[in-house]
Amino acid sequence: MELTTVWFILIAILWTGYFVLEGFDFGVGMLLPVLGRAHGDKALAERRRRVLINTIGPIWDGNEVWVITAGGATFAAFPEWYATMFSAFYLPLLLILVALIVRGVAFEYRGTRDDPKWRRRWDACIVIGSAVPAFLWGVAFGNIVHGLKIRPQPLPNGPLEYVGSFWDLLNPYSVLAGATTLLLFLTHGAIFLTLKTSGDVRDHARSVASKVGLLAAVLAVAFFAFTFSYRATAASIVLSVAAVAAFAASLLLIRVRRGQRPGTRKEGWAFAGTAACIALTVISLFVALWPNVFPSSLLPEWSLTAQNASSTPYTLKIMTWVAVVFTPLVLLYQGWTYWVFRKRIGVEHIPDGAH
Amino acid sequence: MDALEWARWQFGITTVYHFLFVPITIGLAFLVAGFQTAWVRAEKRGDPYAVRWLKLTKFYGKLFLINFAMGVVTGIVQEFQFGMNWSAYSRFVGDIFGAPLAIEALLAFFLESTFLGLWIFGWDKLPRKIHLACIWIAAFGTALSAYFILAANSFMQNPVGFKLNPDTGRAELTDFGAVLTNKVTLVTFPHTLAGCFLTGGALVAGVALWHVMRDKPGTDADKRAYRSALKVGGWTALVATAALFITGDTQGKIMTEVQPMKMAAAEALYETQQPAPFSLFTIGTLDGSEPIYSIEIPGLLSFLGTGSFDGQVQGINDLQAEYEQKYGPGSYTPIIPVTYWTFRLMITFGALAGLVALWALWATRRGRTPKTKWLRWAGLSLPLLPLAANSVGWIFTEMGRQPWIVFSQLKTAQGVSPSVGTSEVITSLTVFTLLYGVLAVVEIGLLLKYAKAGVPDVTPPPEKPEQTDQPLAFAY
Repeated sequence: MELTTVWFILIAILWTGYFVLEGFDFGVGMLLPVLGRAHGDKALAERRRRVLINTIGPIWDGNEVWVITAGGATFAAFPEWYATMFSAFYLPLLLILVALIVRGVAFEYRGTRDDPKWRRRWDACIVIGSAVPAFLWGVAFGNIVHGLKIRPQPLPNGPLEYVGSFWDLLNPYSVLAGATTLLLFLTHGAIFLTLKTSGDVRDHARSVASKVGLLAAVLAVAFFAFTFSYRATAASIVLSVAAVAAFAASLLLIRVRRGQRPGTRKEGWAFAGTAACIALTVISLFVALWPNVFPSSLLPEWSLTAQNASSTPYTLKIMTWVAVVFTPLVLLYQGWTYWVFRKRIGVEHIPDGAH
Repeated sequence: MDALEWARWQFGITTVYHFLFVPITIGLAFLVAGFQTAWVRAEKRGDPYAVRWLKLTKFYGKLFLINFAMGVVTGIVQEFQFGMNWSAYSRFVGDIFGAPLAIEALLAFFLESTFLGLWIFGWDKLPRKIHLACIWIAAFGTALSAYFILAANSFMQNPVGFKLNPDTGRAELTDFGAVLTNKVTLVTFPHTLAGCFLTGGALVAGVALWHVMRDKPGTDADKRAYRSALKVGGWTALVATAALFITGDTQGKIMTEVQPMKMAAAEALYETQQPAPFSLFTIGTLDGSEPIYSIEIPGLLSFLGTGSFDGQVQGINDLQAEYEQKYGPGSYTPIIPVTYWTFRLMITFGALAGLVALWALWATRRGRTPKTKWLRWAGLSLPLLPLAANSVGWIFTEMGRQPWIVFSQLKTAQGVSPSVGTSEVITSLTVFTLLYGVLAVVEIGLLLKYAKAGVPDVTPPPEKPEQTDQPLAFAY
C-alpha cells in the first residue's frame, strides 16, 4: 500500500477516535442542564451535576488530545490539506477554539469557589463549549464531503486555496450534518451516562437517550440520503447503512430489560452501538471522499487529494514508524485509564464541599 | 495595518500568553512530583513530620492544576494557528515542521493528559507507588513536549536537514535526525528547561516565603512545610539561574554563528568591531547615531559571541549589505530597540530572580524569620520575575529573526494565509485578546486565593486502593 493511502487511513482513524471519544464527553457536557436537575432541590441538583461531570473528569482531556493529534498528523502528512482546510474554516475554527477553551477551563475551575453563581457561569461554559464544537465539527465535515470553493491562487498553478466566504460554509447540507453530529453526540453521551452512573441519574439518562436517539436517527438517515446525492460509493453506502443499523440496535438495547436486578441491562452493548455508529459514519465519509481529502466544488481537478496534498515519501515513512510504534502504546494506557475509573458514580459518591 | 500585521500581533499575543503557563506547568510538575516522592519516602522511614510533604504536594499541586488548565487550552490555539493564519508558511515547511508537532501530540500530550487525569482522580484508586509514577510520567511528558516544539522552532532559526524543491518551491525533509539534533535545539532545550525550573522554583519559594514571613499561628507541620518548600524552591531557582547563564552563554555563541544579525541586533552593534564591547545600558535612539549616554564593558560581547575577548563581531551595517547581496534588496534588520531591550531585560529579570531567591534563602537560614519590608516586596516579585524574563526572552528570539519566518528561506510576509481577510483576523485577534484577558483575571484570582489559603489539611490516602464503596477522594 502506498504511504499516502496509509496516512489517509490513519487520519481517518484519528478523527474516528476523536469523535467516538470526545463525542460522549460533548454529550455529557450538553446534558448538564437536562440531567442535572432535581425538581427545585438545589443541593441534590448540584450533586447530580457533579456526578455527570465526574464521569468524564479523568478522561475528557485525554479524549481531546485526539483532535490535536489529528491536526498535527494532517500537518505532517498532508501539509497542503492542513494549510487549505485550516485557513478555509477560519471563523468556525475560531468558534471551536473559543468553545474548547472555556469548556476546558470550566471543568477545572467550577469547583474552586463555593459560590452558586460562579458554578452556574462555568456550567454555561461547559454546555455551550460542548454544543458548539459538536455542531461545528459536523458542519466542517459536511462542507468537506460537499466540496468547497477551492481553486489555484493564482491560476493556473498556485496553491489550492479557499476562495469562498464564511457564509458559503453554512448551507442546508452542512447545517444538517452539524445537527446530526450534535444529536448523535447527545445520544452517545446519554448512553455513556447510563453506563457510568447509578440511581436516578442513570434512569433519567436512559429515558433521555431514547427520546433524543429517535430524533438523531431521523436526522442521520436524512443526512446519509443527502450525502449519497453528493458523493457515494458502494462501500460508503454499506457503511452508512451499518451505521444506522448499529444506532437502531443501540436504541433498542437501551430499552431491553432482563429481570429486575440492577446491572442486567445491556448498557454496555448500547454504548458499543452508538460508538460503532459514530465510527462507521466517519469511516463512510472518508471512504466516500477517497482519494480526495478536500474536494473542490468548482472543478474536480482543483481538489486536494491524498496524492497532491501529501508530504514527501521520506517524511511519511518516518511518521509511519512513529505512528506504528506509539499509537498502540497510547491506546493501551488510555484504555487502562478507562479501566481504573470503571466504577459507576452516584450522588452518594460525591464528597462534600469545593475542592 | 493589513492582515499580515494583525496576524503577527495575534501570534505574538497568543504565544506570549500561552508561554506564561507553560514554564509554570513544566517547573511545577517536577517540583510537585518531587514533593510527593519526598512524602512517600518520609512515610516509609517513619518521619513524624512526613505529612508536611503531602501538604506541599496538594498545595502546590492545586496551583499547578489551575495553571495547567490554561496551558492546555491556550496550546490548542497554537497548533491550529499555523494553518489558520500562516497557511503559506505551513505549505512551505509542512514536510519538516509538521512531524515534530504531530510527534509532540502523539508522544507527549497523550502522556501528559492521561497520566495527569490518573494523578488527579487516582489518589484512592491506585497503589501509592503507581500513583506517584503517574505524576512523574506527566512531568516527563511536559519536558518531552518542550523538546519537540523547540526542535520545530529551531528549524525556523537555523534550518537544517532539508533541501529546497525547485519545482514546488517548498522545503523538503532530507534528514530528520539532523532536525532533531539541530545545534540550536540542543542548546535551546536546556536553556528553556532551566527557565521553566527557575519559574517553578521561584513560584514555590515566593509563596512559601510569604507564609514564612507572615508567621501566622499554625501547626508545626504547616510551618515546617513552608520552610521545606522555601528551601526546595529557593535552591531550584538558584541552580536554574546558574544553568540559565551557562546555557545562555553557549546559545549566544551558536546564535553569533547561525544568526549573526540577531546577535548584532541584540547589541545594537552597527559597525563590525574587534574586540566588541557589551553595552549595559543606552540612552539614545539606537539607530546607529552616537548615543547620548551608554555604559559598555570592553571586549565582553566578543567573549559572549566568540569565546575570545578580542574576537570579531559583525555589525548590522555589514550584515545588511551582505544579505542584500545574497537575498536581494530589502531590509534584513530586526527592530533594534526591541531586540536590544528585550535581550537586556531577559538577563536582568532572570538574574534578579536568582538574587531574590538567594536573599530569601539567606534571610531564613537556620530557622530565622526575617521581618524586613524589602524582602517581603522582593518575595512578592519573585514568582513574576521569571515570567517576565521568559516573555521578553521569546520576544527577543522571535523578533530577532525578522524579517524571516524561516531564517534565510522564507520571509514572514510570505508566510501569511492569502485566503484570510483583514476583518477575519481582526475578529479573531479581538476575541482572543478579550477572552484571554478575562481568563487571566479569573486565573490570577484563583491562584491568589489558593496561595493565600496556605497548605491544606490532609488525610493520607490509603496504602492500597479502597475496595469499599467510599465517596471519591477527589471530584470536580
